[in-house]
Amino acid sequence: MAKKTLVPFGPQHPVLPEPVHLDLVLEDETVVQAVPQVGYVHRGLENLVDKRDFQQFTYIAERICGICSFGHSMGYSQAVENLMGIEVPERAEYLRVIFHEMSRMHSHLLWLGLAADAFGFESLFMHSWRLRERLLDIFERTTGGRVILNFCIPGGVVHDIENTELEAIVSTLRGMREDYDQIAATFLDDASVRSRLSGVGYLSKADARTYGCVGPMARASGWDVDVRNNGLGAYSALADFKPVTSQDGDCYARCQVRVEEVRQSIDIITELASKIPDGETLVKIKGNPAEGAESLTRIEQPRGEAIYYIKGNGTKFLERCRVRTPTSTNIPGMCATLGGSDLADVPNIVLTIDPCISCSER
Amino acid sequence: MSVKDTSKKGASYVKKSPWIIHYDAASCNGCDIEVLASLTPLYDVERFGIINTGNPRHADIFLVTGSVNEQAKPVIEQIYSQMVEPKVVIACGICACSGGVFKTCYNTMGGIDQVIPVDVYVPGCAVRPEALIDGVVRALDILEQKRAAMDAGLPVPTPEVKLGVETPRVLHTQDDPDESGTPIEPAAQGGEGAKR
Repeated sequence: MAKKTLVPFGPQHPVLPEPVHLDLVLEDETVVQAVPQVGYVHRGLENLVDKRDFQQFTYIAERICGICSFGHSMGYSQAVENLMGIEVPERAEYLRVIFHEMSRMHSHLLWLGLAADAFGFESLFMHSWRLRERLLDIFERTTGGRVILNFCIPGGVVHDIENTELEAIVSTLRGMREDYDQIAATFLDDASVRSRLSGVGYLSKADARTYGCVGPMARASGWDVDVRNNGLGAYSALADFKPVTSQDGDCYARCQVRVEEVRQSIDIITELASKIPDGETLVKIKGNPAEGAESLTRIEQPRGEAIYYIKGNGTKFLERCRVRTPTSTNIPGMCATLGGSDLADVPNIVLTIDPCISCSER
Repeated sequence: MSVKDTSKKGASYVKKSPWIIHYDAASCNGCDIEVLASLTPLYDVERFGIINTGNPRHADIFLVTGSVNEQAKPVIEQIYSQMVEPKVVIACGICACSGGVFKTCYNTMGGIDQVIPVDVYVPGCAVRPEALIDGVVRALDILEQKRAAMDAGLPVPTPEVKLGVETPRVLHTQDDPDESGTPIEPAAQGGEGAKR
């Protein structure tokens, strides 16, 4: 039996935009065990509910993570609305889903770029990020921010987006589609990409269930778990929604699922923009959350299911806010996948779960 | 001066291609993806020879984001001590400058300058790539001053580490003070706003 060596991976590592540390136990070049160590990004912001009232906390919730920022503000707002029994105007629901899907597209394009960088295809990285800038332009034009939007608040959205603007968004996305198809073809058909991703980091469907994987990680193993499927909010208006799945369970399948989800998001936005009703976009919230009232909301973030739990105590401050984010549930699955892989494949496998460390550590 | 003022006579050029190293010290990711966005085609600082490296020994400029927690502190100190002189530290985003919205969190130290000396502060939540590039251009000047001091055999001018001291901060790139999200105090020791 070969001698065991311990190789530290991270927290500062060229492929990782965010710090996470893995202790990799190696036998020769094969990983036998991966032990994660987290806490490099822990800020303790759930505790800020003591210092910020429930409306101000929306902006803190948005800053849980800069990539899935819109999703976090949307999830938290929905939790507050459930807690206080507020009916959100229908137009606001549609606008939320449109922006949520755009933020999913920007997150997936960001990931595709980082993944390309991890397997050494730098021009593909540049092209993915070039395409992503068009989405950021839309965000900047409509909300004023590029990554932190401050657009979704409890009760609806901050301001209306006019129908002409929505048409402009749809036509921008239609224009993006051609360029995107080229990038997607490179990701899915290029021989060098295939040789780096195919068969690497296999996770079976049974294992995905055992480790409680969510999002594209679970869907790439053939498990069609997707909160959007439940038809909450404006997702119920979609004529047809089917989660994108793949049966292979390897890094290539995870890439494939995300590539397809970008196209699916364009379809969702196009459909909702054509169906969006007119009307108000914001209702004012009066009063405070009742004492002991609890609410739990699930939304589908770009990385998977996120759960928001909040509890009121009769004052304007919340008793407790708890967020369960997709990356924290995917890390056990990732560590299981790392066992048996080559050391050279570790960066690829770590990236294919789309780790969002600031989400998972908050 | 490494970047020549274009209004004056003479070519506008960068004397040195500064390489940057980036570390996320308890940030929300917003600034980190903007750091990467400045390297990619729309802003494309790579055309000036600015490359993101993973090796502290290769880097001239240290871009740090986030409000620093106890666990990130030794990592930042290690990266900083491994970089060779002359080196410049840029605090990217309002969290790195002063703690930002996370200032009152129990686990943050409130700014990079609590741990390592910071030369340039770039505020914003999230920091905009334009502001970041401006910060890097200012860092080039400071880099050049430090190199000149080294050539002359003088001690390298290094800002102080503030270790828990609440001092009014002079924020750089203050063209639009409202964008920073934090009240900006006048300079304590009467310097001009842009230079420390």
